[in-house]
Amino acid sequence: MDNGLTLRNVTIAKDAKPLLAVDYHINPGEVLTVMGPSGVGKSTLLSYITGTLAPDFTAQGQVILNGRDISASPSHIRRVGILFQDDLLFPHLSVGANLAFGLLPGGSQTARNEKIAQALDEVDLAGFAERDPATLSGGQKARVALMRMLLSEPEALLLDEPFSRLDAALRAQIRDMVFARAKARALPVLMVTHDAEDATAAGGGILTLR
Amino acid sequence: MKRRLLPALPTLTILAMLGPVAAGLYWKILPAFGHFPAAGAYGPNLDAFRAIFAWPGFSEAAWLSIRTGLIATSISLMIVVLLTAGWSGTRAFRVLERALSPLLSVPHAAAAFGLAFLIAPSGWIARLISPWLTGWEQPLDLLIIRDPLCITLALGLIIKEVPFLLLMTIAALSQSDAHRKMAVAQALGYGRITGWVKVVFPSVYAQIRLPVYVVLAYAMTVVDVALILGPTTPPPLSVQIVNWMSDPDLMLRLQGASAALIQLILVIAALGFWRMVEALAARLGRIWIQKGTRGQNDTIIRNAALVLGVTTASAVFLGILILTLWSFAGFWSFPNATPDAFTLRNWQRHGPGVSDAVWETAIIALTAAVIALVLTIGCLEAEHRYHLKMGKGGVWLLYLPLLIPQVAFLPGLQTLFINMGAAMGRGPVILAHLIFVLPYVYLSLADPFRAWDARMGTIATALRATPDGVLWRVRLPMLLRPILTALAVGIAVSVGQYLPTLLIGGGRVTTLTTEALAIASGGDRRAIGVYGLMQTFAALVPFTLAILIPALIWRNRRGLRHG
Repeated sequence: MDNGLTLRNVTIAKDAKPLLAVDYHINPGEVLTVMGPSGVGKSTLLSYITGTLAPDFTAQGQVILNGRDISASPSHIRRVGILFQDDLLFPHLSVGANLAFGLLPGGSQTARNEKIAQALDEVDLAGFAERDPATLSGGQKARVALMRMLLSEPEALLLDEPFSRLDAALRAQIRDMVFARAKARALPVLMVTHDAEDATAAGGGILTLR
Repeated sequence: MKRRLLPALPTLTILAMLGPVAAGLYWKILPAFGHFPAAGAYGPNLDAFRAIFAWPGFSEAAWLSIRTGLIATSISLMIVVLLTAGWSGTRAFRVLERALSPLLSVPHAAAAFGLAFLIAPSGWIARLISPWLTGWEQPLDLLIIRDPLCITLALGLIIKEVPFLLLMTIAALSQSDAHRKMAVAQALGYGRITGWVKVVFPSVYAQIRLPVYVVLAYAMTVVDVALILGPTTPPPLSVQIVNWMSDPDLMLRLQGASAALIQLILVIAALGFWRMVEALAARLGRIWIQKGTRGQNDTIIRNAALVLGVTTASAVFLGILILTLWSFAGFWSFPNATPDAFTLRNWQRHGPGVSDAVWETAIIALTAAVIALVLTIGCLEAEHRYHLKMGKGGVWLLYLPLLIPQVAFLPGLQTLFINMGAAMGRGPVILAHLIFVLPYVYLSLADPFRAWDARMGTIATALRATPDGVLWRVRLPMLLRPILTALAVGIAVSVGQYLPTLLIGGGRVTTLTTEALAIASGGDRRAIGVYGLMQTFAALVPFTLAILIPALIWRNRRGLRHG
C-alpha cells in the first residue's frame, strides 16, 4: 500500500446539498494546497479528515493514511496533526507543559524535559519552557504550536490558513519553517489557504474548489 | 466519566430535578381529595376544599398572594428595564452591576431581616432622623413590618429580585446586538430610554421571560420572607399552608394539601394573566413605536431609575450593616443611631448553636452543589460529544422546578419520604435542595461551557488526547473560574432554602436559615443579627473564593485572567 495521505472519492454534503468532491493522493513530504472562495467547504474537508465534522454535514469516501483507513476512527487515534490560524496554545499551561501535552507518553521525566528543551532550541526559543504562552509574541506562539504538534509524531499535517494572522515578514519565515519540518519528517501536508503566495511557496499540487 | 454513563446523564439529571416534583405533586393530590389513610381518612371527597372555602381568611390570603406577586414582579422588572435603558454602557451602570452581583447571593431571609431592621418604626432609619428631625423620643406605633397590605413584603422581594433580573438582562444584552441597535436609534434622534425600550427591549424580554415568570411564581408563594415581613391575620396563602401542614392535627393536613393545589392553580392563573398582559403590551407597544415619538422626559426617567437602583442596592447593603451592628450591640436605646455599648456576648451566647448550624448548612450545601455540578458538567459534555441539542422544551424543563411553587409539591414529597420509610434527615434534605440547586448551577455554567473554543478540543485530539483527556486536562482547567462560580451559585441557593429543609428535614435538620426563621418570631434582634449575618457569610464566602482561587492558581496565566 502506498504511503501518504489518500482522499478516495471524498464527497461532503450539507443538509443533503453537495458541497465538494475530492479524490487525491498526497505523497510523503508533498504539500497539497486547497484554494477557493470562503464558504466552499475547505475547512469542512479538514474536519472530515480529523474526524470532527459537525453533525449537519454528511460525508462519504475514504481517508487512508499510510495504508490505514481512518475514515471511521475516533479522532484521537488518527495521528493527523492540524494547525489553525490561531496558535491555540492552552492558556492554562506553561510553554513547556504545552509541549509536554503534545509529546507522546513514555520515558523518564528527565528524558521528556530534555526532548522539550531540544524542541524549543530547534525553533530558537531555548529557555522558554516556564513562560506563560500569553506573554509570547505572535511568531513565538506559532513556533511553539508547530513544535507541540510535531512532538505528538503525527503521520500527516493539516494546515488551516495557518499563516494568515502573521505579518508579511514573519509569514515567510514561519511558512518556510513549517514546510521544512514537514519535509524532514516526510509528512504529507494538506494546506487550506486564500493566499497565492502560500501556494507557490508550498510547491506542490493545487486543488481549487468552487 | 464512563462511556456508558455519560449519554444517560441528561436523562438522569432531568429525573433528579423533575422526579421529586412530579412525585410531590402526585402525593399531594390524594390527600387534597380527602384520601389520607395515615390519618384514617378515606376519600375521595371534597371536604377539605369545603373547609378551605369556609375559612374566613381564604379570599384575603389568596388575594395577598396574587397581589404581592404581581406588584413585586412588575416593579422589579420596571426598575431593571429603566435602569438598563437609561444607563447600560456607562460607568455608573458598571459600578451598579458590580455592586448588585454579590447581592444576588445574599439569602432572601437575611435581606428581609435587614430591611425590617431598617424601616421598622424603631428601625435604623427612624433612629437616624430622630429626634432632631422628627422629634420622636419613642418609636411610632405604626404597623410597617407585617403591614396588612403586604407593601413591606413586596419591598423585601423587590430588593432581592432587582439584582436577579438585572443580571439576567445583562446576560441577554450581549445576545441582542444592543449596542448597534442603540447607535441607530440615537442617530435617528431617539432618547436613551425611549430608544432602548422601542428597539432593544423586545429581544431582551424574549430572553428574560422565563426568569420573570420565576420571579412571579416565587413572589406569590414565598414562605420565609413572608414569615418575616408579611401580615399574620391572615397571612399570605403559602404561609397558611405551611401552618396547616405542620399542625399536629392530621385532618388539617388534608386542608393544607387542598390549599396547596389551589395555590398551584393561582400561580398558573397569574402566569396566564401575565402572558396576556405581555401580548397586550406588545400590541400597544407596536402602536407606540409607529407613532415615532422620540422621548421628551427621558432625562427625568433616567435619573429616577438610577435613584431607584441605588436605593435597592443600599437597602440590602445597609440591611447587612445593621444586622452586623445588632449582633454586636449591648444596650441600645431609642432613638440613638448606634448602640450604647458594643459587646461580644451575643456571639458567645449563640456561638455553639451557630457553629452546629454552620456545619449542617455547609455539609448540605456543598454536597448538593457538588452533585449538581457533576450532573451539569456531565450533561454539557454529553451535549458536546454526542451533539445532543437542547431545544426550547429543554430550557422549560430546567425552569419548571422554579416555576412550580415549593409549597405545592414539597409536602407531597414529605409524605412520600415518610411512606417510603426514609428517615427524615440530611440525605432527603440534600435531595430536596438538589431540585432547586440544579437549575441555577446549570444556567450559570451552560453559557461559558458552550462558549469554549471547540478548536482547543480539536487541537488536543490531534495531539492524541482522548475525549476524557480533553475534558479533564484542557476544558475543565480552562473553565475553572466559571465552574467555581457555578458551585458558589449552587451553595448560595442551598444556603437560602427554608421550606425544603423544614418540611423534608422534619424539624430534625437545623440550618442557619431554619434557625434564623425559628428565632424570628421571638423578635430578639441580637440573635437575629447573629444568625442573619452568618447566613449572609455562608452565601458570600464561596463567591469570594470563586474569584480568589482562580486568580491565585492562574496568577501567572494572563490568557485566563478575564473570563
